[in-house]
Amino acid sequence: MIELVDIHKSFDGVEVLKGISTRFEPGQTNLIIGASGGGKSVLMKSMVGLLTPTSGKVVYDGRNFHSLDYKEIRHVRREIGMLFQGNALFDSYTVEENIEFPLKMFTDMTKAERVDRVNFCLEQVHLEGINAKYPAEISGGMKKRVGIARAIALDIKYLFCDEPNSGLDPITSRVIDELLREITYEFNMTTIINTHDMKTVFDIGDHVVFIYEGKKWWEGKKEDVRKSDNKELKAFINASYFE
Amino acid sequence: MQIFNHFGSYLLFLRRMISRPEKLSVYWERTLLEMKNIGAGSLAIVAIIAVFQGAVTTLQIAYQLVSPLVANPVIGSIVSDSSMLELAPTITCLVLAGKVGSHIASEIGTMKVSEQIDALDIMGINAPAFVALPKIIAGVIMVPCLIIISIFLSNLGGILAGHASGILTPDEFIQGARESFLPFNLAFSLIKAFVYAFIITSVSSFHGYKTEGGALEVGHSSTRAVVYSAVLILFSDYLLTQLLL
Repeated sequence: MIELVDIHKSFDGVEVLKGISTRFEPGQTNLIIGASGGGKSVLMKSMVGLLTPTSGKVVYDGRNFHSLDYKEIRHVRREIGMLFQGNALFDSYTVEENIEFPLKMFTDMTKAERVDRVNFCLEQVHLEGINAKYPAEISGGMKKRVGIARAIALDIKYLFCDEPNSGLDPITSRVIDELLREITYEFNMTTIINTHDMKTVFDIGDHVVFIYEGKKWWEGKKEDVRKSDNKELKAFINASYFE
Repeated sequence: MQIFNHFGSYLLFLRRMISRPEKLSVYWERTLLEMKNIGAGSLAIVAIIAVFQGAVTTLQIAYQLVSPLVANPVIGSIVSDSSMLELAPTITCLVLAGKVGSHIASEIGTMKVSEQIDALDIMGINAPAFVALPKIIAGVIMVPCLIIISIFLSNLGGILAGHASGILTPDEFIQGARESFLPFNLAFSLIKAFVYAFIITSVSSFHGYKTEGGALEVGHSSTRAVVYSAVLILFSDYLLTQLLL
């Protein structure tokens, strides 16, 4: 479980996050939604430690991330996987080497064991047999799936996804959504997804947090999103349908 | 004040780079790969520059020393010494600053803007160490090797040019080079190569790592890496010559 307690973040005196508190449970797909520039990415970067909040706490199963020492932070980070908006696959590595990379860095597995694990991860994302391809040789949707495979290569507890559907066609987007849901349930992970794709929200949003102008304006289940009388959330949903 | 801020960031980058490297076997593998890229990848351009440098220097010195009182082997000794002390290390490293430095800065800069560095950070990997340390180690090993090759080829170029133009025979050139040879000159040349290699690889890595934005900024970082490296090479050339000769 990840708990956010009163997260504030400012850049040069401009407050981007204004006291966000919420809780993300394991075995659920937790969605953070909101318009571009609303603070979703800053919130996610603060959660994974790429940014340090101006104040507030990010607590991973009782561990306050930003007050841990270097060793403890590294330990928590090994439990985190992240799927980036632009995939962030290493261009000079093959698909196999990309997925193998965290295993090589953090485990004492033999080469054969690592390859087995790589193949298992590729199976999970339905991408068998592309081990020798380079990222430049595969499609955008495949890159996303390789990104997911790399994220789950180590036995992670927390999966972060920043705009997993950006740049993908609707059919591939649904495949990625479904995959994220499958993986979350199968491995009982705490999955947090930044998105502004309402289809994703209604398909896989077990827990939805709506961020607007750096504040949490609404949170609840996907079934309750349409019933909400929150003016900003309604405007966001309506705008999404006109896109 | 900005220059101090910049220098401070550079030192902090170096400090972060040398602290807590992860699995040494992975670093060793990457270092070997970088040694191949920096060393073997630069051999052709270094060889071409060295041969022509030696040839042109021989012709120019012969042109300037037109006197029956100056024995031909003196040309060989001047070409050999100037290749070893200045031309091979400095000119070669200025060229390497352009070739290797821009490559390093653009490679790391692209990793930065495409979130590959963030991915390393999130995995709990010391990103500056992972991307820069193998390049720096490979540079300080391979650049001195390239300089030794450059010195040899520069002399060879001088011999060929002297022979082809009829200015002096290969024996006269070698006699001059042997007579003026001091082991310290070679050591001085290697000290320079070591310092320049560190400058090229670390400054370029730093500029790549500090890239923010997109493709345009990667280009700017690459240019800045080459300019800063070249200026620092010339500055340290003066400093080392003043201190050690």
